[in-house]
Amino acid sequence: MEAKIGFRNTKSVIFKSIVVFFAFVITLPLIIILIYIIKQGITQVNWHFLTNVPAPVGEKGGGILNALWGSFLMVMVAAVVAIPVGMMAGIYLSENSRTRLAYYSGLCVDILQGVPSIVVGIVVYFWIVKPLGTFSALSGSFALAIMMLPIVIRSTEQTLRLLPDSLKEAALSLGVPYHRVILKVIVPCGFAGILSGITLSIARVIGETAPLLFTAFGNPYLSSSLTKPMESLPHLIFTYATSPYDDWHNLAWGASFILLMFVLILNIVTKVITRKWKVQL
Amino acid sequence: MSALLVIIIIGVLITLIIESLPSIKALGIGFLWGKVWDPVQNIYGAYPFLVGTLLTSFIALIISIPFSYAISIYLGEYNPKGWLSDLLKNTIELIAAVPSIIYGFWGLFVLVPLVRTLEMKIGVAPYGIGVFTSSLILAVMIIPYASSLGITLIRMTPSPLKEAAYGLGATRYEVIRKVIMPYTRSGLFAGILLSLGRALGETMAVTMLIGNTSAVADSIKNAIFGPGNTMASVIANEFTEADHTEYLSALIELGLVLFFVTVVINLIGKRIITKFTNN
Repeated sequence: MEAKIGFRNTKSVIFKSIVVFFAFVITLPLIIILIYIIKQGITQVNWHFLTNVPAPVGEKGGGILNALWGSFLMVMVAAVVAIPVGMMAGIYLSENSRTRLAYYSGLCVDILQGVPSIVVGIVVYFWIVKPLGTFSALSGSFALAIMMLPIVIRSTEQTLRLLPDSLKEAALSLGVPYHRVILKVIVPCGFAGILSGITLSIARVIGETAPLLFTAFGNPYLSSSLTKPMESLPHLIFTYATSPYDDWHNLAWGASFILLMFVLILNIVTKVITRKWKVQL
Repeated sequence: MSALLVIIIIGVLITLIIESLPSIKALGIGFLWGKVWDPVQNIYGAYPFLVGTLLTSFIALIISIPFSYAISIYLGEYNPKGWLSDLLKNTIELIAAVPSIIYGFWGLFVLVPLVRTLEMKIGVAPYGIGVFTSSLILAVMIIPYASSLGITLIRMTPSPLKEAAYGLGATRYEVIRKVIMPYTRSGLFAGILLSLGRALGETMAVTMLIGNTSAVADSIKNAIFGPGNTMASVIANEFTEADHTEYLSALIELGLVLFFVTVVINLIGKRIITKFTNN
């Protein structure tokens, strides 16, 4: 009996070591990737890099201003479309969870969350690019907005659902009309949760490349026109990383570094918001 | 606004179907197992891409399972609280946050030479790029999806169950093996399904690493270590080059298949989770 319990305990300890080993080993690739990108990218980044458009092959210098500006512009437009729509849909879903429409739209949020981004790209190509006859930043923004929607909706819905009913009831009993209850009581109370959903969705789409391939397409020059092709950080990385020129690879490393920093900062902001207001996502 | 979502999804479906009609009409169901993809000769068969997609996703899944299970068990049972657990959890969430284009870029310049050395050692053609390399990167990318769900579910195991087992003299390992695992099995399976859904649709990292050849490999060894193509990567590569209707619509039909497969997998996964959490 003694020996047996010894054996069982040993097995337990061995199992735990294996679990701990696997659980921690997986952080290695991430750490290696982060260090590699930072090492390769940070030497590229300087003021010149941030304020110039890419140089042609063979010329020294050049930067990523067009991609920075394009990413910023397209994500902004996408956010302006997706945030109000997503919030309204989220409010609807949390307020009317038992209607048939809520059931089907909840289902559609789940579906949309799982749709591969490349499929979104194809569909937006036929919705906007083909009718307009040209690749455009607008279509890129629209594709990104579709990618943002499910995250904004789910975070709004889940935050609002956690709020106690008594809040709403107290306001209603004071004679406040329903729409004002939603706007002045419910939404402000759940603001932190909604905000963290928004930052998270921006972090998610800023690195999306696949939906932009057939929509915003890319543009080696600085452009602010929404109806023309526009460069973006991830697309610039894709084109330059797969090119055969070393100068362009360096440009792409720099761009990767900037993109990675954006994503990390947005994720940390989301973490801080959720930590501070103790919201669950 | 909520109805808008239903409209978007139906719109996506209708657009995909209408735009792929020319190829559905011309090629019929045989499209799915046609082995030749040759746009120049106007022959389209999806078989190479179906195989490529399934192969990359399943290899990635097999590699990722031990890791995501270990993370779920460690953070769900051994060490659910404290700074170390928070640190590990945040790090794993960061894995999901890194854009796939960056995984692809890094893979192209760091992983590919490594795999090439490995391939020379084991005696297969040293392409470097290919199905295996893509699967490695994919495995890393999908781990957070399965494990974050696994952690939540393992923590939901009722403590009376665990305490009863400890009371009977079970060791930690036995409690995990005989109580927690059976209790959370369906949920962990759902987590794996969801990460499979991710892997199937992942585009950029795979496009950069898989080598993009539409030929069917002649042996299993070549299929795993040689270059290939997935549904998503062939769309990404050839969509803007498709110069006639049939070519384009064959690509869209691939998108339609991809859409269907991921939707079904995701819905089954979500259904299992809802069932699990309601009980």
